[in-house]
Amino acid sequence: MKRTIALLSLLCSTFFALSGYAQDNGSKRKIPASKIKDLKGAEINTETLSNNGKPMVISFWATWCKPCVNELSAIAETYEDWQAETGVKIVAVSIDDARNVAKVGPMINTKGWEYQVLTDQNGDFKRVMNVNTVPHTFLIDGEGNIVWQHNAYAPGDEKELYEKIKKLSKGESIQ
Amino acid sequence: MKKIIGALALAVGAGAAYGQTTPQDLGQIHGNFQTDIQYYLPDSAIPGVIVPNEKILMNGFANLIYTKGPFSAGIRYESYLNALQGFDKRYQGNGIPYRFATYTRGDLEVTVGNYYEQFGNGLIFRSYEERGLGLDNAMDGVRLKYKPFRGVYLKGVYGKQRLFFAQGPGIMRGGDAEIQLNELIGGEYNPDAFRVTIGGSVLSKFEPDLDPVYVFPENVTAGAGRISVSKGNFTIQGEYAQKINDPSALNRFIYKNGQALLIGANYSQKGFGFNASAKMVDNMDFRSDRAASGNVSTLNFLPPIAKQHTYLLTAFYPYATQNLGEMGAQAEVFYKFKKGSVLGGKYGTEIALNFSKIHGLDSVRTSSYEGYRAKFGAFGKQLYFQDINVEVTKKFSKHFKSVFTFANIKYNMEVIQGLGGKGTLNTWLGVADLTYYINDKYSIRTELHNMTVEGNHDRGSWAAALVEFSVAPKWFISVIDQYNYGNLDKTLRLHYLLGQLTFVKDANRFALSYGRQREGILCVGGVCRQVPGIYGLTLSITSSF
Repeated sequence: MKRTIALLSLLCSTFFALSGYAQDNGSKRKIPASKIKDLKGAEINTETLSNNGKPMVISFWATWCKPCVNELSAIAETYEDWQAETGVKIVAVSIDDARNVAKVGPMINTKGWEYQVLTDQNGDFKRVMNVNTVPHTFLIDGEGNIVWQHNAYAPGDEKELYEKIKKLSKGESIQ
Repeated sequence: MKKIIGALALAVGAGAAYGQTTPQDLGQIHGNFQTDIQYYLPDSAIPGVIVPNEKILMNGFANLIYTKGPFSAGIRYESYLNALQGFDKRYQGNGIPYRFATYTRGDLEVTVGNYYEQFGNGLIFRSYEERGLGLDNAMDGVRLKYKPFRGVYLKGVYGKQRLFFAQGPGIMRGGDAEIQLNELIGGEYNPDAFRVTIGGSVLSKFEPDLDPVYVFPENVTAGAGRISVSKGNFTIQGEYAQKINDPSALNRFIYKNGQALLIGANYSQKGFGFNASAKMVDNMDFRSDRAASGNVSTLNFLPPIAKQHTYLLTAFYPYATQNLGEMGAQAEVFYKFKKGSVLGGKYGTEIALNFSKIHGLDSVRTSSYEGYRAKFGAFGKQLYFQDINVEVTKKFSKHFKSVFTFANIKYNMEVIQGLGGKGTLNTWLGVADLTYYINDKYSIRTELHNMTVEGNHDRGSWAAALVEFSVAPKWFISVIDQYNYGNLDKTLRLHYLLGQLTFVKDANRFALSYGRQREGILCVGGVCRQVPGIYGLTLSITSSF
């Protein structure tokens, strides 16, 4: 019985998957709904994250994750230029749990990061965005579609990201 | 059964028919996948390394989530053929232990099936997953979230807990209410205003008493209250939890009530941050199965208040909260010397100072059914863990950046690892993490470590070196050598050499490693992962879509 239900749900999912890909815009999707918090504990529905028609980057990170901090620090050095040229907004979503979440504010302020910083303690946003490991970065176009994603950080990755942001801001395809 | 199939077929059919007329409304399917395959080799030098009969072991999973407007449903298929070394062998075979459906209607969110949830900081309830550790205590049942007024958030949970491919014996029911007073009173949301948030939660566990000797409480209730007050960049918060007597295998069947207190304060401004916390835990191990131990069937989460190190050797002796009792405090300061100042240089210098100290409770044994009595908020004589560390981040030029870490960690092996007679280690650590950026594409990162171990020595002192060459955005080549030069047994003064090649393309990642891998958090190949200790060949593939 259990197996049958499981099998059926799998079949249903596969069906939806196939029908989804049958569309020509099958690879585009919007930011799914989930509830996370800002640094003051106010609830934010992730569906409403937007940057007024301009590109947006959502970066999953944690205070203890060195490659994550390196990536966000590298972007911070040129963030002003990025914003001036493309209007891009960076949303840094911390997956820190109760052990470390209280250091998110002190850490970003010390570093002087000017990002919108949100916390996903229960991992709800992480799960609906299918994040396996951090850092994991998503690029969102002006219409709110997730158009690109990248896992891991190597020094210099931010250049590739910015090339894509520039294309998006000019209305070009990044594929 | 036939009815169910019929209903599903109808639903799918209807969906398809609907989809044909308005294809853009079909919804979206997305998911992720991960597999780790390990080929084990015999290692005559290291005692305790065993090649399993299968020679090769595999863990894998895939999540598939379907979303359409306010509705979403998903499954996770998991496969353990057989479970990797370091994982509980009760993870065995294939199955779909996780499936859920959820929808939101107005201010009400309904979830049936599996879900993860936590109340407050998790002192009485946190259901979560750490896949790399083999920890997954997902709930299975019903969850409601409701926002009756602006600023009021209610949650209710009812369910059983996942236990490998089955469910634990307990039935949990609970609720949480959070009130954000500023929103309740009205007015525009202002993050910098004087803000007050209060919350309270209750969780009750029912577990049948089948014991022929003891009389156990079948219903165990825990409750917690919390408050958070902030103004501008200053926040102060606290949570207190209590649990009625809950005799278990771990607390040696004492009939004592449990309690926990977590308080903290933090402040920051540009270039400066401060964070301090204190925690008391008194008989607060809480599980859906009173016979369980390890990380199985845990109902709550008592956050360790010590820095979470991720370097190879600083993470060698990590602290784990002692759920049966501890008293601890932590303080941390972040400071950035400005660009152009004497210590800041051209790019600024960041410094992070961290101190944590955790002791046993100040308690006396009693002959009563309670087992012991502890003074509230008092440090006992026995030191469990102490960590004094400093981290300095300094960029010297456009091409060269460094992070220097120094730490003195005192680690009570007897208590933390439960190894009688092992005493306390005193370790001195130094790490230099140097990155040289050749250009926008190529960079070389080097870590140099030394850890001197005093006290009972355990395995003695270690040195380690890591070299990682990366070609953005796709390739990483890393070599790690950890050398146990201070082992008292000279035959065990070995090199633990590990090489890894990683290829990343967008959200697909392939990593192949070979050598001796020590268990712990491993941050190479551009990500941080929890890994088990092995000798052999590992192939890891992760992917998201």
